[in-house]
Amino acid sequence: MELDPLILSRIQFAFVVCFHAIFPVFTIGLASTIAGFETLAYKTGNPIWHKLSKFWIQVFAVVFGIGVVSGIVMSFQFGTNWSNFSYATANFLGPVLSYEVVTAFFLEAGFLGVLLFGRDKVPQGVHLFAALMVATGTFISSFWILAANSLMQTPDGLINIDGIYHVVSWTDSLITPSFGYRFVHMALASFLTASLVVAGVSAWFLIQKREVEANKKALSIALWFLLVLAPLQAVIGDFHGLNTLKYQPMKVAAMEGNWETQPGVPLLLFAIPDESAEKNHFEIKIPKLASYILTHDPDGVVPGLKDVPVAERPPVFIVFWSFRVMVGLGLLMILFALWGLVLRRNGKIYTSTTFLNGLRLMSISPFLAVLAGWVVTESGRAPWLIYGQMTHAEGLTPSLTGGMALFSLIGYVLVYAMVFSAGIYYLLQVFKGGIEHTDIPHELTTVERPSRPLSAAHIGIDEDL
Amino acid sequence: MENVFDLTIIWAGIIGFGLMMYVLMDGFDLGQGILFPFAPNEQARDTMMNSVAPIWDGNETWLVLGGAGLLAAFPLVYAVFLPALYIGVFLLLAGLIFRGIAFEFRFKAKTSKYLWSWSFSVGSIVASFAQGAVVGAYIQGFETEGFAYSGGALDWLTPFTVLTGFGLVIGYALLGSTWLILKTEGEVQDFAYKITPKLLFGLIGVFTVVCIYTPFIDEYVFSRWFNDISFIWALPVLVLYCAYLVYRHVKKRNEGLPFVASMGIFLFSYLGLLASKWPYIVPPKFTIYDAASAYNSQLFLLLGFLFVIPIVLTYTSWTYWVFRGKVKEGGYH
Repeated sequence: MELDPLILSRIQFAFVVCFHAIFPVFTIGLASTIAGFETLAYKTGNPIWHKLSKFWIQVFAVVFGIGVVSGIVMSFQFGTNWSNFSYATANFLGPVLSYEVVTAFFLEAGFLGVLLFGRDKVPQGVHLFAALMVATGTFISSFWILAANSLMQTPDGLINIDGIYHVVSWTDSLITPSFGYRFVHMALASFLTASLVVAGVSAWFLIQKREVEANKKALSIALWFLLVLAPLQAVIGDFHGLNTLKYQPMKVAAMEGNWETQPGVPLLLFAIPDESAEKNHFEIKIPKLASYILTHDPDGVVPGLKDVPVAERPPVFIVFWSFRVMVGLGLLMILFALWGLVLRRNGKIYTSTTFLNGLRLMSISPFLAVLAGWVVTESGRAPWLIYGQMTHAEGLTPSLTGGMALFSLIGYVLVYAMVFSAGIYYLLQVFKGGIEHTDIPHELTTVERPSRPLSAAHIGIDEDL
Repeated sequence: MENVFDLTIIWAGIIGFGLMMYVLMDGFDLGQGILFPFAPNEQARDTMMNSVAPIWDGNETWLVLGGAGLLAAFPLVYAVFLPALYIGVFLLLAGLIFRGIAFEFRFKAKTSKYLWSWSFSVGSIVASFAQGAVVGAYIQGFETEGFAYSGGALDWLTPFTVLTGFGLVIGYALLGSTWLILKTEGEVQDFAYKITPKLLFGLIGVFTVVCIYTPFIDEYVFSRWFNDISFIWALPVLVLYCAYLVYRHVKKRNEGLPFVASMGIFLFSYLGLLASKWPYIVPPKFTIYDAASAYNSQLFLLLGFLFVIPIVLTYTSWTYWVFRGKVKEGGYH
């Protein structure tokens, strides 16, 4: 069998970016959560907020550390595997990525040290300021990287002269038509992730009756956030979908599994899209609902995949099902938010083991939903690297062979498997240590390690071996 | 649009300076990993690691900036070097990842500590070797078609690049050992005093071979050194003078000068390399002007840099000030 460098590069990029993405999506929300706890501690002086903040800072440190390490790979991937794309878009992409480093990475790295280790070295207000700066840094970073991604989805503000893109308008190219929706959708996803992880971990502590008072407060706040954010995300997601319908109709066609351009398109709850037969098997559908959602008219016309040649269609099965996974998990989040509201009125929110155990499981749901969402938007763009302008094949490194791509793919899988298991193991140790652990005397922490992210957790990785 | 300033020259200066800073700063901390297997005992390894623990990751942020900066200012370099060095870049990144996480896990681990020592050491050596091979590959030049690399996966791997790879491993070890002379005392410092002259001879050996070999594989370099300008001969002389300084002050057991003079060896070798190839940035075909991005993009980023970099430097120095204090054996504070 001939090894195809294009497929292998796409798999490698998907793998590396998925592995990387789950960390920042968590740290963006968590940074703001910590800043929130620090603000509450500052305003009320209640030591519970300090405890919570200290514990979650440890978690943040581990996750941030792995995110940084896996992020270094990302900045070289564009060149190694997609050199034609990089070269063609460098006039835009280069400054954008450089700005991300100088406006976000340095801000995060600089103030993270103070956040992690500076509690006793700077006044409380300054420490709070450091927390806010780290949170700000994570948002600045998402601004740049989502601007870069949005340009690939809905290109604007550039002209192509002899195969090289030149920036005509920086404003238009940075704020393309899909940017606003993507940014808000992603920011909400990050907050949802933080809310659900905080809720899940607090629930786990409450089941074990550990540090009940602090964890009750954390759970309560997390659930209020969930109640606001989960439905809001559904609304924003809908707007984002309408924007996609306008600019990337084939992506929407694949999401809906709709082959023919027609009025009154049903919403498919279940189907097995068959790309070679150009139809779906085993459809379970709600009549006219897709048309209603997308055009706000039950008889509205929705574009179908057969509008374009086979070569220009995204992989329907993947996009169709990833979309359902994302939406399904989103609906589950709304359900849990409402369940929490009902239990709160009955006063059982902190004691119902069924609910608390459910929340524990739900703490992985935002990660799955985010990955599914990115698969929808990235695979849905296929075969385009820059929508309507440059295909994946055109963007590939011309000298890349299948063997080289396979070598690096296997290599990254092995390296990341090791990093990931060490990181997860370590994170579980932090969770086991719990909120109580943050009270260890300062003398103990000073013999540990200096100002490094992962060192904020004072826990041996093989203590129980 | 009339281009008032030659931004390409300015960017060449910025990137050149940034690369030098990265090499000097990450060099001595990569050096710790290279020296790891030779350290007298476990406690010495702890001290060596501690001496660079708070700064190494800041240094690697500069590497990320270097990658992004090249894409912004000289996209052709980015788009030719990375595909040509595909396998080497993978090894470089894998090496950096393994040594990066070892900083954390080695200190947390008890029974598995030796594994993380290996992770740190092998990762550092592989990453350093890969960087050295990049330098060699740059001297060799790249086969291109249009504006893309057209050679094979392992074209870069030749006896010459293996030599430059090992050369940089030895060089980083030298930066690492002279750093230890400066920053430690007792057993670790003794170890560093002892190993420094050996590393120095090894490095000068590689340096000599590279200097003699390069003009003979590359006519351009030959004519630069033997026909064009003569004052650049000062550079290799300065390299040798710095090497002599390292040797003499190690014998006199001076603490600061060996490190400074080692950096001098790197600086003058680097300038010598640039002088050999200038203005070619993707040899043998492309100069910095061929490789440059659009004026508009260079300007957009430069204006931002002028505004943002002072702010970055301000808060970075503030955070250093917060954590001021002396490094002691066995830990911080």
